[in-house]
Amino acid sequence: MEIAANITLSALAQQFLVGLSRTTILFIVSSGLSLVLGVLRIPNVAHGSLYMLGAFLCYSISLFFGGGSTGFWMALVLAPLCVALISLAVERGLFCHLYDREHLMLLLFTFSFMLLFKDLVKLVWGSDYRSLSAPEILQGSFSVLGMPFPRYNLFLLVLGPLVALGLWFLTNKTKIGKIARAAAVDREMVAAVGINVSWVFAAVFVIGCFLAGLGGALVAPTQNITQGMDHTLIMETFLIVIIGGLGNIWGALLGALIFGLTDSMGVLIWPQFAIVFPYVAVVIVLMFRPKGLLKATW
Amino acid sequence: MLEVKDIHTYYGLSHILFGVSLTVSRGEIVCLLGRNGAGKSTIMRSIMGLTPPRQGSVVFSGENITGKKPHHVARLGIGFVPDDRRVFADLTVGENLEISERKGGKLEPWSIERLYDFFPPLRRLDSRKAGLLSGGEQQMLTIARALMTNPEFLLLDEPTEGLAPLIVSMMEDQILALKEAGLTVLLAEQNQRTALRLSDRGYIIDNGVIRFHGSIEELRANEDIRRKYLLV
Repeated sequence: MEIAANITLSALAQQFLVGLSRTTILFIVSSGLSLVLGVLRIPNVAHGSLYMLGAFLCYSISLFFGGGSTGFWMALVLAPLCVALISLAVERGLFCHLYDREHLMLLLFTFSFMLLFKDLVKLVWGSDYRSLSAPEILQGSFSVLGMPFPRYNLFLLVLGPLVALGLWFLTNKTKIGKIARAAAVDREMVAAVGINVSWVFAAVFVIGCFLAGLGGALVAPTQNITQGMDHTLIMETFLIVIIGGLGNIWGALLGALIFGLTDSMGVLIWPQFAIVFPYVAVVIVLMFRPKGLLKATW
Repeated sequence: MLEVKDIHTYYGLSHILFGVSLTVSRGEIVCLLGRNGAGKSTIMRSIMGLTPPRQGSVVFSGENITGKKPHHVARLGIGFVPDDRRVFADLTVGENLEISERKGGKLEPWSIERLYDFFPPLRRLDSRKAGLLSGGEQQMLTIARALMTNPEFLLLDEPTEGLAPLIVSMMEDQILALKEAGLTVLLAEQNQRTALRLSDRGYIIDNGVIRFHGSIEELRANEDIRRKYLLV
């Protein structure tokens, strides 16, 4: 066992950045989950499937536009929008009739969608691995204290804070964001001041699913696009949302940071058991803050 | 203006209102007196569409609103002030009013500015989170929030409950001022003094049934009935 034998400053810096770029993906996806959970009270198990769908759509749309840089940028914009559109149809067609049901029913309902999306992906894309390369400008790497760091990850590091800023603006500065925050706590009173809560819910659901699709599209060039990529992610994002505080977007950010960094640092400290570190972190957080780090809206 | 006819309302399996009928004419303040749990709040919720009645009808300004969704009822001009206040706690006072704003209505339109003149203490609390306000301040905010929807009709559920005597009398004055401004009010109260001071007519409800109905003078004169249904 060679724990911490070869930790150098540059390796530490490199893993830190790798962890942060993983955090970006986790944050984008789990903030969407948290938004839906907080405002609509739907534990959307199919959220991971929308992430997978985002990745596959990113691959296909990119091909449709001839691959390369143009293909990728088009796909990065269009894939999350397609996911949003699909979620809008699902929400208006089905979910919007079920908001009064108990959580267990909603959980089962979204679970059925998880299975449905899984088969849909298999039907359309088959069970082969797919992969997509990043646009030229984001290929290759640059050096951080002598260690290589992929350019694409830098792109993720820039995008993460932008998405966070966008979400902050949406929830705090726009009317729909304020209404959503009010509806998260008391939907009945929001209706009683004449607001059609149903449409607010639809908007929030679509935004949440858009974020899942965006996460999937962003992750596409960094890993194999496969069946089952939704499974690990849905586990991780639920844990992130739970340790952050249900329904709290900033909690999702904090949770994603904890998850992403313990994961990457774990690789450095004890590679064989790296996968355990984030889960240990979750256990520790929940031992001291069973309701999550930040204030939950539940 | 409002006509509630023979409504039966349930919470799940429990039958709460047994054929309640009442009317409120334009420009009146009508009070609904009764003990805790008599069914006052349920009447308000039935009118608002939050707990729609299973039988009977609610007609507002000539339109049948029975079973309509709450946001439709609100848009027709009914403002709702619940007894437990339910301000949007995570939002600031200003934001509470901002998201409730709805143009229209036949009376002089309310704006945040006009409401801060009407409830002066709210002005300096503009950027305070509503959840941090005192009971009296929250009560002002819930009424202000309902007014932002520019209603013609206000459902006021125990607006003086749990408030200090000084605030109670200020609140009473403001409710009378709303009547002057042309609003019609259905006021649920346990506090007889407030109800008798403000109202034109009154209903007494007990166990989900209207037991008495009359002008405020009749109600004031009839001590037997007040003792029977209102004393705790």
